[in-house]
Amino acid sequence: MRIFFFLISGCLVSIMAGCNPETRTLPILGAREPVTKVVDGKTITDTVYHSIPEFQLLNQDSILITNHTFDNGVYIANFFFTHCPSICPIMQRNLLKVYEQYKGDERVRFLSHSIDFRYDSPSVLKRYAEKLGVTNDQWQFVTGSKAEIYGLADSYMVYTKEDSGVPGGYDHSGYFLLVDEDKHIRGVYDGTNDDQVQLLFDELAMLLKEYE
Amino acid sequence: MTRNSYLYAGAALAAIYLSVHACQSEQAIRTAQYAVNGQKLYAAQCQNCHGAKGEGLGKLYPPLTDSLFLLGHRDQLACIVKNGLSDTISIHGQFFDAEMPPNPRLAPIEIAYVLTYVGNSFGNEMGIFTLEEIEQALKACK
Repeated sequence: MRIFFFLISGCLVSIMAGCNPETRTLPILGAREPVTKVVDGKTITDTVYHSIPEFQLLNQDSILITNHTFDNGVYIANFFFTHCPSICPIMQRNLLKVYEQYKGDERVRFLSHSIDFRYDSPSVLKRYAEKLGVTNDQWQFVTGSKAEIYGLADSYMVYTKEDSGVPGGYDHSGYFLLVDEDKHIRGVYDGTNDDQVQLLFDELAMLLKEYE
Repeated sequence: MTRNSYLYAGAALAAIYLSVHACQSEQAIRTAQYAVNGQKLYAAQCQNCHGAKGEGLGKLYPPLTDSLFLLGHRDQLACIVKNGLSDTISIHGQFFDAEMPPNPRLAPIEIAYVLTYVGNSFGNEMGIFTLEEIEQALKACK
């Protein structure tokens, strides 16, 4: 009987260890394809994961930034516009909480793409960032041509569309994308949902542990 | 005086007291009803920017907790809700100049609901905004 009890508790402990989030790693999201290549005379199959392509965009200081601006760290990306009356204020309110927690920690950066390529010039983005309470370059606000921004949105798997039928004139989804050092998307969170934002906090910490 | 007249006087006083008391609680019930309706409208129309607790967001969107501003602009609040605002205002000593979008679809009674909610939440104690008060205020919009 006692042995049975030990066995049961042993199983329970191992199950609990399995559930422990510390031991879990985040998946790499997006499409993946196998690539076959010949190395040293042997044919090997490798997996190519979906990653964010190279980009060049103008930030709130009118400086051209690239994907390399976010090297040597992870970043959280989203899509918004300054005159958005619907979901953006909620998203930015929530992302500001993450920014404030990691302010000064160069391992974590933030990238907000404006989808209002007509109105949101760098100076408009600068004013917006200052009023939001962003005081350093850890959080970049960028603008670009419609093709650049909307094309990138596809890479981030975020829906964006010009639509005169919705308040503000642009329709888009309010996701936060967690991107790792290799530009792979490791997490997707609804930026308007408090539980999802908490999940982002947890999984961001988890991702940073991978690089310790 | 007879014992009966004492009774009559007492009953009259009680009646006056009850009627006054009933009026007050009727007013309180109506305020609560308006505020409940206003809460739903607030969540749908205002909360995105002004926040669930009326806390605003940075220097972008002003909080709705400045009772002095609200009391001082009581007669203009209906117009601000309906037509938006492009003037610079000072809230808790902080200037806000971002434009507030209009809400042209809100009916006067809905403006009464939402202002009653805001005016009696987040530390504000402004009492009820009646439909008559809102209609009066809307006539004077600039």
